[in-house]
Amino acid sequence: MNPAVPLDRVFHALADPARRAMLERLTRGPASVSELAEPLAMSLPGVVQHLAVLEQSGLVTSRKAGRVRTCQIAAGALQPAEQWINERRIAWERRLDRLGDYLAGETQMEGNER
Amino acid sequence: MTRRNVVHGTFSLERTYDAPPARVFAAFSTLEGKAAWFEGGDGYTLVERRFDFREGGAERATGRWDNGTVSQFDALYFDIVPDERIVYAYEMRLNGTKISVSLATIEFQAAGAGARLLLSETGAFLDGYDDAGSREHGTNFLMDRLGASLSRAPQTA
Repeated sequence: MNPAVPLDRVFHALADPARRAMLERLTRGPASVSELAEPLAMSLPGVVQHLAVLEQSGLVTSRKAGRVRTCQIAAGALQPAEQWINERRIAWERRLDRLGDYLAGETQMEGNER
Repeated sequence: MTRRNVVHGTFSLERTYDAPPARVFAAFSTLEGKAAWFEGGDGYTLVERRFDFREGGAERATGRWDNGTVSQFDALYFDIVPDERIVYAYEMRLNGTKISVSLATIEFQAAGAGARLLLSETGAFLDGYDDAGSREHGTNFLMDRLGASLSRAPQTA
């Protein structure tokens, strides 16, 4: 799995004003799908689609009780630890790039000696 | 007073190189090989280096960044299978403060004429990473990143 994918999904989820509005609403507490739809002047199916994107990004979770689906911000989804882990991962990406350059240079030197 | 907390995180990376596993392994198992890529990069000056590559052996890389920050990497090797696998644990310090303790696993596999490198790290990230009101801080960070990525992207109508 490409470890960059989850962050891409988070950015994609945040790149829409309706989804940001839904997130902002959820930072105040859990809400049903119709409560999320209310201030948005949007059809319920539209809201459900946006909700699916938010869930795929890991920012939001939902569960159904009877006929009501309740949504809430995923605990810890936006913790700065994610930033730290991402920085560590990027540091390793850079190192492994340098390792690749080094190995390629070694191969070239051997070729020249032959 | 520091509010104590621990957050756990894991990530994995995979690369394929045009060099056989033994050559890639040598870039981890020798001081000269590792010096070519592991330490710092631009704006980093190595201050102290120790390298005892054997099971039970320790490694240290202390360096100073141009902005004055001193980083210290201290590792202990637990499992070494030549050309195949390295498992080590390490702690990271920034300006003397311990910020993380991690377990790293690196595997080397033949891939055609080259080698596939699999790296996995699991870390306990210590204290100070939610001192700015975690969620709000994290959201702002993501929003900033989002803004930056959007301002680089071509505008579409």
